[in-house]
Amino acid sequence: MHILVCGGTGCQSSDSAKIQSNLEKELALKRLQDDVQVIRTGCFGFCEKGPIVNVLPDNTFYVEVKPEDAKEIIDEHVIKGRRVERLLYVDPEKEKHVEDSKHMGFYKKQLRIALRNCGFIDPENIEEAIAHDAYQALGKVLAEYTPEETIEVVKKSQLRGRGGGGFPAGLKWEITRKSVSDKKYVVCNADEGDPGAFMDRSILEGDPHSVLEAMAICGYCIGSDEGLIYIRAEYPLAIKRLKIAIEQAESFGLLGENIMGTGFNFKIRLRYGAGAFVCGEETSLIHSMEGKRGEPTNKPPFPSVRGYLGKPTNVNNVETFANIPAIILKGAEWFASIGTENSKGTKVFALAGKINNVGLIEVPMGITLREIIYEIGGGIKGGKKFKAIQTGGPSGGCLTEKHLDTPIDYDNLLKAGSMMGSGGMIVMDEDDCMVSVAKFYMDFIVEESCGKCAPCRIGNKRLYEILDRITQGKGTIEDLAKLRNLSSVIKDTSLCGLGQTSPNPVLSTLTNFEEEYIEHVVDKKCRSGQCKNLSYYVIDEELCVGCGACLRNCPVHAITGEKRQAHHINTDLCIRCDACIAKCSFDAIRIQSEPKILAHK
Amino acid sequence: MNKIKTLADLKRMQENVKSKVSLRDKASRAEDLVQVKVAMATCGIASGAKEVMEFFVVELDKRGIEAVVTQTGCMGYCFAEPTVEITLKDKDPVVFGYVDTKKADEIIEKYIKDGEFVDGIIPRNYETIK
Ligand SMILES: Cc1cc2nc3c(=O)[nH]c(=O)nc-3n(C[C@H](O)[C@H](O)[C@H](O)COP(=O)(O)O)c2cc1C
Repeated sequence: MHILVCGGTGCQSSDSAKIQSNLEKELALKRLQDDVQVIRTGCFGFCEKGPIVNVLPDNTFYVEVKPEDAKEIIDEHVIKGRRVERLLYVDPEKEKHVEDSKHMGFYKKQLRIALRNCGFIDPENIEEAIAHDAYQALGKVLAEYTPEETIEVVKKSQLRGRGGGGFPAGLKWEITRKSVSDKKYVVCNADEGDPGAFMDRSILEGDPHSVLEAMAICGYCIGSDEGLIYIRAEYPLAIKRLKIAIEQAESFGLLGENIMGTGFNFKIRLRYGAGAFVCGEETSLIHSMEGKRGEPTNKPPFPSVRGYLGKPTNVNNVETFANIPAIILKGAEWFASIGTENSKGTKVFALAGKINNVGLIEVPMGITLREIIYEIGGGIKGGKKFKAIQTGGPSGGCLTEKHLDTPIDYDNLLKAGSMMGSGGMIVMDEDDCMVSVAKFYMDFIVEESCGKCAPCRIGNKRLYEILDRITQGKGTIEDLAKLRNLSSVIKDTSLCGLGQTSPNPVLSTLTNFEEEYIEHVVDKKCRSGQCKNLSYYVIDEELCVGCGACLRNCPVHAITGEKRQAHHINTDLCIRCDACIAKCSFDAIRIQSEPKILAHK
Repeated sequence: MNKIKTLADLKRMQENVKSKVSLRDKASRAEDLVQVKVAMATCGIASGAKEVMEFFVVELDKRGIEAVVTQTGCMGYCFAEPTVEITLKDKDPVVFGYVDTKKADEIIEKYIKDGEFVDGIIPRNYETIK
């Protein structure tokens, strides 16, 4: 028998270590220590109900366990074999206690379609992929479906592009099919430039064949015999595994000439990007592949009409492709039964930032942020308070507490002032300054703007300068109106999607956290203490022993005080260089939003 | 290598490789066969998965334990890399997080040899289509 005790950060801060030692003590008292083993595990991802204790082999799940419950668990469950009813999880929908963790809602929160083989198969061994259905969908469409019928399946599934815009994949295939040309291309967009996003990389590293197979299916549908994967050179492992996968698929006759004896030819090559964000935009991507500067051009013409080398080109994202084989094998109806009315299937998100379970998740459309953050993500790091979550990367916006229960899909995110984007999710807590967050994204955009059109090149730079001024404490209330005006001009007049969305982080932080902006410009205060010029360096008198180390090291002589008495920092002289903090052995110097000490440690 | 020339070929091949895969757990000598999967995506490798995989390969061999050690992609638990999934005969797979060579040693000595759990198990938190 085993008793698993959650050792995640959240549960640990609510005494799981004590629970473990109490369980062990009780077992020792009953001389059961050799028969029952107590184990500390990683996070169960259900911190809202922690601490969690799971008894095996019967898989009983106890929630909100307290150290004093240890005795009852041992006496009742282990010795008498009776479950401790009051500690079982209550399913809020059914108002009934759920013992078995497999029946618990949160274990079903994730559903893996695009990631179906990630973490299961050896990505460098095509046989393992074949054992898990790889190339069955390609075989099926080549043998049983016409291209039109295949497109119909993709259309019926209502799969929308996972690269950001959410354009219906089946429709795009149909348009590209209808473009008349002697040569067409299938392009897989694996540029993935959002800071903090790693969905596409993980798919390519974990299951490259799913993408290769889908590209061949797409080629069959649109009438193309050549696929290109545009991948950033910063993804060496994904590149290596793709190369191995292509080679193996060719030697098995699953790519190349006369695939599975059907007369269909399809070969796939890799093209490397230098890692510019704008090259994820499809027209820039195509120019970059052609050896030209990675700059966008106006649409129309869309790539499906005139793309790579002037030929019709179907561009789809890695994750969009990874869904295709599953749709073909399991059917459009199955896929369309998952998700919300206008957003079907699942979405892969890369969870990052101030969250316990940083990682890769795949969830059905329509899940709420609360479920993602508190049940899958295991809650906020260090038990801090949730503040905002950035979705859609530098083109998206932040969502706040009031959006926690909004079902996530393409339309709801747009309505909330953000967007799906490619799937990066960065979680922020109370220690994050929202003006600085906006500034961070503008800094990124200024770096990444290609400079072709003036609104994006100059406008974003000005936005950045205003934000910088505000974080320096030199902003005025008029700056807020300027930010809004300039943002809307940039959005309306930029040439490509980069500039048309780049002011979103500014606008959404302005909308959701206006009071924080006002504090910066009017009260000259940064509540998180992140903006150095708006914060105060203060010595905690209770901790300071008056050793004089800070005083001797302050380069501007801003610190005064008698030996062996608490010292003081003169805020007007302080240049916030951190020299005093580095020298203090008593952890007595604090950076905070108020000039007087807020709380003693 | 014989090329796959028809869909039927592919299906036959799938049956072949499937039975090859399941042979791993069903073969008569499989009492001793342990499956070790090391998550080797960028996140895993960056936290030392290569050394851990190497350690399993070398040490399992040295200690006379017959095992299949393979690499796989990202299991999604990037916060706990390197992660390793161990499947003992007739048992559900178990994932361990934060596996360095020291932990790997403990896993071999306790879990693989005696079926005794050690700290650091990560509960699986998703369903996958089949
Ligand atoms: C600035 C910018 C960056 C983009 N970056 C990416 C990217 O990294 N990956 C991607 O798949 N799509 C990206 N896109 C979207 C592509 O232009 C295109 O819509 C997408 O690849 C189409 O595939 P989908 O329909 O399968 O999503 C970006 C768009 C813009 C405007």
